[in-house]
Amino acid sequence: MSIDLKTIKHISKLSRISVDEKKAEKLAGDLNSIFDFIEKLNELKTDNVEPLTSVAETTLKLRSDEVKSKNLRDQVIKNSPKENEDYFVVPKVIE
Amino acid sequence: MSDITKQSLSELVENIKSKKLSSSEVTKAFVERSEKSKELNTYITEDYANALNKAKKFDEKPNLDLKLPGIPMAVKDLFCTRDLRTTAGSKILNNFVPTYESTVTQNIWNEGAILMGKLNCDEFAMGSSNETSFFGNVQNPIDKNLVPGGSSGGSSSAVAAQLTPITIGTDTGGSIRQPASFTGTVGLKPTYGSCSRYGIVAFASSLDQAGPMAQNVKDCALLQEVISTYDEKDSTSIDFKRNEYSKELTKDIKGKKIGIPKEYRVDGMPKEIEDLWKKGIEYAKDCGAEIIDISLPHTKYALPTYYIVAPAEASSNLARYDGVKYGFRAEGENLIDMYEKTRSEGFGAEVQRRIMIGTYVLSSGYYDAYYLKAQKVRKLIKNDFDDTYKKVDAILTPSTPSSAFKIGEKTNDPVSMYLNDIFTVPVNLAGLPGISIPAGHDAKGYPLGLQIIGKAFDEQNILNIAYAMEEKINFKNNITDWWIK
Repeated sequence: MSIDLKTIKHISKLSRISVDEKKAEKLAGDLNSIFDFIEKLNELKTDNVEPLTSVAETTLKLRSDEVKSKNLRDQVIKNSPKENEDYFVVPKVIE
Repeated sequence: MSDITKQSLSELVENIKSKKLSSSEVTKAFVERSEKSKELNTYITEDYANALNKAKKFDEKPNLDLKLPGIPMAVKDLFCTRDLRTTAGSKILNNFVPTYESTVTQNIWNEGAILMGKLNCDEFAMGSSNETSFFGNVQNPIDKNLVPGGSSGGSSSAVAAQLTPITIGTDTGGSIRQPASFTGTVGLKPTYGSCSRYGIVAFASSLDQAGPMAQNVKDCALLQEVISTYDEKDSTSIDFKRNEYSKELTKDIKGKKIGIPKEYRVDGMPKEIEDLWKKGIEYAKDCGAEIIDISLPHTKYALPTYYIVAPAEASSNLARYDGVKYGFRAEGENLIDMYEKTRSEGFGAEVQRRIMIGTYVLSSGYYDAYYLKAQKVRKLIKNDFDDTYKKVDAILTPSTPSSAFKIGEKTNDPVSMYLNDIFTVPVNLAGLPGISIPAGHDAKGYPLGLQIIGKAFDEQNILNIAYAMEEKINFKNNITDWWIK
């Protein structure tokens, strides 16, 4: 299989990473060589194999539903690149 | 004592406990050596003044019952440290100052250790040579212009160069064991669920584990016993009985069955690695172990599986970096434009590549063909280990398919870089513990490592085997301090 520039543009949109033509071409080359290597998996028949989603064979523990951390507003907002009092600021979304 | 930085962690602990050394003397010695070693570029953030203050405070009222009394330590910059910048080696977190502490580092400070600074690593731990870091290459103290391995390259370099008595790294596909092997140090990747992932910048959540990197096996066991705790803040932390690994450490491994997997004899493996492995088998026999030939038939599918699973999880984990809540932001014409520019300018090339791979394999129409397929193969790989462990107690392999390579040698070929992890990746996919110990040198004098893989939760057993073999191997690192003027 081959990943073309159109596919790269599509993935870049899904990934929210902007790419120009030059970067797209480089990425297409890299991804094609990586997927050539990944395609090896198609040698294996896996129809009756259960997918492994977690190696930890335990069920998730339950805990009581109580608030343990409180009043974290200042901490939460502390690292934001742009804030206005208690809010994160983003470019205007609604016209 | 002029040779403080030459002492192992266990010796330093002993000397502080018996009051032959103070925490201030020890901390000062490591800070001074770190300051003289800037050329190695091991530190991203130094915190020396605070460290010296904390050491002074410790000495005023020393608690000598602790396991790491007043011991200075630098840690990989993937662990969140409260009030000290944590970058994950990325521009996107260049100014991030956590308001909380990772569980693993908190465990370390609770036992009396003192933070000296944050160590360089590949960006978001994605790399095998520390060359993807926004903060530049790290030099391997073994030789100039040699990579220290990755992603925990600042950690391996700092331990080998004796800038910190011991450290912690993280290992998603080999990021503790491969750099340990490249620098002649010991690195343990614990069982998945052994060390809490809380407060560690996430890469691939079903594979990531923190672990110790040390000068010797005993030190490694001591730190593992400190960092491995059950933690309700990590839903995949496992509540099992943890040993006091350093106290229960023994060189008596008579009768232990050690498996040698034929599939690890890969095409094009250098003769030096083959010879090292043979020597390792002889050492294990000398220690009284029984050697058994085994087969792990799906080994060759581990790397392709990893390069679906890890990027898929990474693309999901790294979606949080959007320029809004924390980290770097690039201005854009609108919200989407701001996201796209932030991520394009904030992430480096390797991270972008992996996010794109992950996004693709999870995208509509490709999920079954790639991601689901990889999860199924992952099951087969785990089954191989489960079957094998009915016959053996541990598995012995080389840690890496080569010794350390030159800076820049593999940066243009992602697949050849990925092949570095061929012997370490299966262990992460199966969630098992693995330890790399230095076992010899190649013709250039560069260190080579052997890996011992254990059953889940059987860290004690592989530490014991490593401890017994370490004595027989009697490895000596050739470090000349070439970077100190």
